[in-house]
Amino acid sequence: MSEITKLTLVELIKKIKSKELSAFEATTAYVNRIKKSKKLNTFITETLDQAIASAKNIDDNNLKTGVLAGAPIAVKDLFCTKGVQTTASSKILKDFIPPYESTVTSKLWGSGAILLGKLNCDEFAMGSSNETSAYGNVINPYQKNNENLVPGGSSGGCSSAVSANLTSATVGTDTGGSIRQPASFTGIVGLKPTYGRCSRWGTVAFASSLDQAGPMTKDVADSALMLDVISGHDEKDSTSVNIKKDEFLKNLNKNIKGLKVGIPKEYIVDNMPKEIQILWDRGIEWMKESGAIIKNISLPHTKYALPTYYIVAPAEASSNLARYDGVKYGFRAPGKDLIEMYENTRAEGFGNEVKRRIMIGTYVLSSGYYDAYYLKAQQVRRLIKNDFDLAFKEVDTILTPTAPSSAFKIGDKTDDPISMYLNDVFTVPINLAGLPAISIPAGFDEYGLPLGLQLIGKSFDEQAVLNAACALEEKISFKSQVKDWWM
Amino acid sequence: MDKKFDYFLEGKTGKWEVVIGLEVHAQVTSNAKLFSSSSTKFGSNPNSQVSFVDAAMPGMLPVINKYCVEQAVKTGLGLKAKINNFSKFDRKNYFYADLPQGYQISQFKFPIVGEGEIILDMPYGTKVAGIERLHLEQDAGKSLHDQDPSNSFVDLNRSGIALMEIVGKPDLRSPEEVGQYVKKLRSIMRYLNTCDGNMDEGSLRADVNVSVRKIGSTDLGTRCEIKNVNSIKFMQQAIEYEAKRQIEIIEEGGAINQETRLFDTKKIETRSMRSKEDAHDYRYFPDPDLLPLMLEQDFVDRIKNSLPELPDEKKARLMSSFGLSSYDAGIVVSDQDISEYYEEVAKNSDYKLAANWMIVELFGVLNKEGKDIKDSPVSAKNLSKLINLIKDNTISGKIAKTVFEDMVTNNQDPEKIVVDKGMKQQSDPKELEKIIDTIVENNQEKVEQYKSGKDKLFGFFVGQAMKDTQGKGNPKLINEILKEKLK
Repeated sequence: MSEITKLTLVELIKKIKSKELSAFEATTAYVNRIKKSKKLNTFITETLDQAIASAKNIDDNNLKTGVLAGAPIAVKDLFCTKGVQTTASSKILKDFIPPYESTVTSKLWGSGAILLGKLNCDEFAMGSSNETSAYGNVINPYQKNNENLVPGGSSGGCSSAVSANLTSATVGTDTGGSIRQPASFTGIVGLKPTYGRCSRWGTVAFASSLDQAGPMTKDVADSALMLDVISGHDEKDSTSVNIKKDEFLKNLNKNIKGLKVGIPKEYIVDNMPKEIQILWDRGIEWMKESGAIIKNISLPHTKYALPTYYIVAPAEASSNLARYDGVKYGFRAPGKDLIEMYENTRAEGFGNEVKRRIMIGTYVLSSGYYDAYYLKAQQVRRLIKNDFDLAFKEVDTILTPTAPSSAFKIGDKTDDPISMYLNDVFTVPINLAGLPAISIPAGFDEYGLPLGLQLIGKSFDEQAVLNAACALEEKISFKSQVKDWWM
Repeated sequence: MDKKFDYFLEGKTGKWEVVIGLEVHAQVTSNAKLFSSSSTKFGSNPNSQVSFVDAAMPGMLPVINKYCVEQAVKTGLGLKAKINNFSKFDRKNYFYADLPQGYQISQFKFPIVGEGEIILDMPYGTKVAGIERLHLEQDAGKSLHDQDPSNSFVDLNRSGIALMEIVGKPDLRSPEEVGQYVKKLRSIMRYLNTCDGNMDEGSLRADVNVSVRKIGSTDLGTRCEIKNVNSIKFMQQAIEYEAKRQIEIIEEGGAINQETRLFDTKKIETRSMRSKEDAHDYRYFPDPDLLPLMLEQDFVDRIKNSLPELPDEKKARLMSSFGLSSYDAGIVVSDQDISEYYEEVAKNSDYKLAANWMIVELFGVLNKEGKDIKDSPVSAKNLSKLINLIKDNTISGKIAKTVFEDMVTNNQDPEKIVVDKGMKQQSDPKELEKIIDTIVENNQEKVEQYKSGKDKLFGFFVGQAMKDTQGKGNPKLINEILKEKLK
C-alpha cells in the first residue's frame, strides 16, 4: 500500500484512469497513512470517511473523465470548503463551516479530486514555521539529530503532508514565500503563480495584493498539472487576469538550450550557510550543463523588499481581518457592550503574531504615518518591480536559493520575530513584483535536511519557470530521505 | 428681481452671515448593490437581501456593478461636472456592528466625478452653488436597538447598497437656499432616474456643515457638521439652531469647536456627538481587491448622448417657446412629475392659463390635502378641458372655479359638470341684450344718474346683469352691451 502514496500525482491518476488502480485503493492508501501520522499534526480537519465514499462513487460510476479523477488531495485550511470546517488555523474561525466553496478548490473537485481534509498552517498564513497555528505546530518529516523541526510556513501542513506522502499533491497559498519556503524545508516542489493567475475568491485573505494560491507537489510535472487545474480567470475576483489558459503539463519541455538564466548578486546575504552557496553554485553548473546561458544581473532594491513587505502585508491584513469581530460568524467572547465584546473576541480569538501584524498594519496606515510608511512602501514596491522588469529584458528566468537556511528547530525563532521574517528574504521580492516562482528540492545540508532552489519567471510565464525547473530536476535527481520515523 | 437676499442673523454685536455646505448621500437607483448582486428592494424582511459579500464572509471579494458606475457618471453629467476617467476605490476602516467588513469601500483620493454646479432659482435671482465632487461608496447595514431590552439586532439588507456622496462647496447662505439646493439636486437625479430621492426611506440624506461669520468677512469660520439629517425641514431647523448657537458662543468670547453634531428632531436642537480630537482615524488606503476604475471616453459620451432634458434646459424651453415667466417655469420644472403633468395639460390647451391654473388652483388643493401631483384628484386631461372651456368662453373664470371644486371632489369631466349643472356661459348677444334692456327699463332713475356723471353706477348694472343670468352671463359681452345701451 505504501508504494501507492509514493507515486507522483501524474503516475497515480494514470494508474487510476487505466484501472490499474481503483480510486478506492488510492484513497484507502492515503487514509491509512494519514491515520498513522497524527504525530506530524498536519491536518486540522480530516474528511476521511467522505473521501472513501467519494472514491467508491468514482469507481462505481466510472467517473474518470476529470484530469484528477480519483486523486486524494488535502488542501490548506485557508481555502473555504463548503460544509467542511475552515479555520485559517485561527481560534477566531473555530467551528466556522463555509456555505460555499473557493474557486480554486471547486476546480479540484470539478476535476475529480477527492478531499482528504484541511491542512494546518500558520494562523491566517502569517508565519514562516507553522508555529503560529492555534491548532499546534506541524512537524517536519525530516529530523535533525532526532529532534523535531518546523516544516516551514505558512503552508507547513501542506509541505509536511506532501513530503510525508499524506496527500497526492496539495494547494497552498503564498503571500511572501508561504509555498516556496516550506517546500524547500521539506524537500518538495512548490509553485507560486503570477498574481492574478489563480482566483482568490473563497480563500481567506491575508494580504490581498500579494496572496496567490499555488501547487505543492512531489515533482515539477505534478505542479504543472495542478496549475492546469486551479488557474483561470474568475469574474468573482476582480484581480484575476483574463488571459488565455495555458496547458502547462502538455507543454512541459526539459530542453532549455539557449535559455538565459540570471544570477542576482544581491541574493548573497550575510550568515547564509555555506551549503546554500554551494548548492546555488551547483545549480548554476547544472543549468549550464543543460545548455542554459548564465548571466550576472542586479536587482538593486532587493534589500528593501523585506521592510516593504512588512509594511504592505500587515497594512492590508489589518483591514482584511477587521471582519473577524464576533458579530456575524466564528468565535465570540462576550462583553458588557459592543466595544468590550470586540476587544474580548479579538484578544482571545487571535494569536500573538496576528495581533502583532494587525498593530503594525494599523500603525502604518494611521494618519500622519501613512505617507512615511504605506505610501513609501508602495513606491519602493514599484522600484522592486522595475528591477525585475529591467532584468527580464536580459534573461528568461532567475535562479536563486529559496530560503537562507534549512528547517530549524521548533521554538528556535519564536522569540525573535525579525529573525523569523528573514526566512522570507529570497521569496518576498517575487510577491511584491507579482511574478511566478518555483522552489524545487536541490540537495541536503550536512544534517541531511533538504534545501531548495528558486526559479523566478516573467509575468504569466509559468511555462518557462516549469521548463527550467524540469531540466534542473532531472540534473538534481533528488531522492526523498523521509524515514517514516513517526509511524 | 424685487427682493434682495436678506438672511442675516442679528446678534448682540451686529449682523452675521451663515455659511453652509452639504454632503448629500444619495442612494443609487439600481436593482443590485454596488459590489454584489443582492436586491436593493426597500422594506423587505430583515437580512433577506444579503449575499456572502454583503455579510463579509471569509474570502469574499467585491466586484463592481457597472450599472452603478453608469448612474454616477450620469448624475455627474447632470451636474455639469467633470467626469474622471480614472478613479479608485479606497477602504475607510472603522468598527461597527452594522459594518460587516470592518471597512466601507468608498472613493477618497480619486472620486469618479469632480467639480460641477447646481443652479438655484431664488426670489432674488439665480444663484450658482458649486459641487466639489461626487464619489461612489457602500452603505452600511442597520442596527436595531428597539427590538429587545438587552440586545441590539443588525439588518444587513442595506449593507453594500450603492450611494453617491455629493459634496457641495460652502456656497449656501440660508436655510432657504439649502432647501432649494436639495430640491434642485433631487429633481435633477429624479429626471435622470439615478436616485429616487425618497427622504423618508433614507434614499437621500445629508450631513450639513455650518459656520458663521460677520457680515463683510470673507474668512470661513470654524464649522460644525450636523450628521445624517433626513428632511429638508430638519436641515433648515438644524441650520437655524446651529447658527444661533455659534453666534452666541462667539459673541460671548468663546470659540467654536470643530465637531460632529446630531440634530434632535424632537427638541429641535443640535447636540455634540464627537469632537475633532475624538474623530475616527479611518486609515484610508486603496482597496487591493479592486482595480482602478478606468472609464473609456466612449462610455462617458454614450451616457452623455442619452441624457434626458434636465430641469434647467426644460425651463429655458418653456420660457422661450411657451412664454412662461421664469418663476412659473421654475415651478413647473422643479419636479419631473409636475413638468410631465404640465406638458400634458398644455399640450391641448392654452399654456399660460395651464401654468396659472396648476400653480394657483391645483397646487392650492394639493398642499391642502398633502398630496403629490401623482395623486392629483384632477387629471391632466380634465384640467386641459376646463382651460379650453374658459378659453372658448363656454364658462367664465369665476364659474370655472366652481367647476374646479366639483372636479376635485369627484374628478369628473368638466364638460359634463357644466352641462349637468347648466353652468354654460350665456354668450348669446341677443339674449343678453334682452336682459339688459329690461334692467335699463326698470332702473331709469339710475340710468339718468349714470349719464349725468356717476360712473361708478356701471358696476351696479353689471351686477344686475350677472344676477339675472345666474352668474353665467359672459362678462365681456355684458360690458360691451351695457356701454352701448348707456351711451
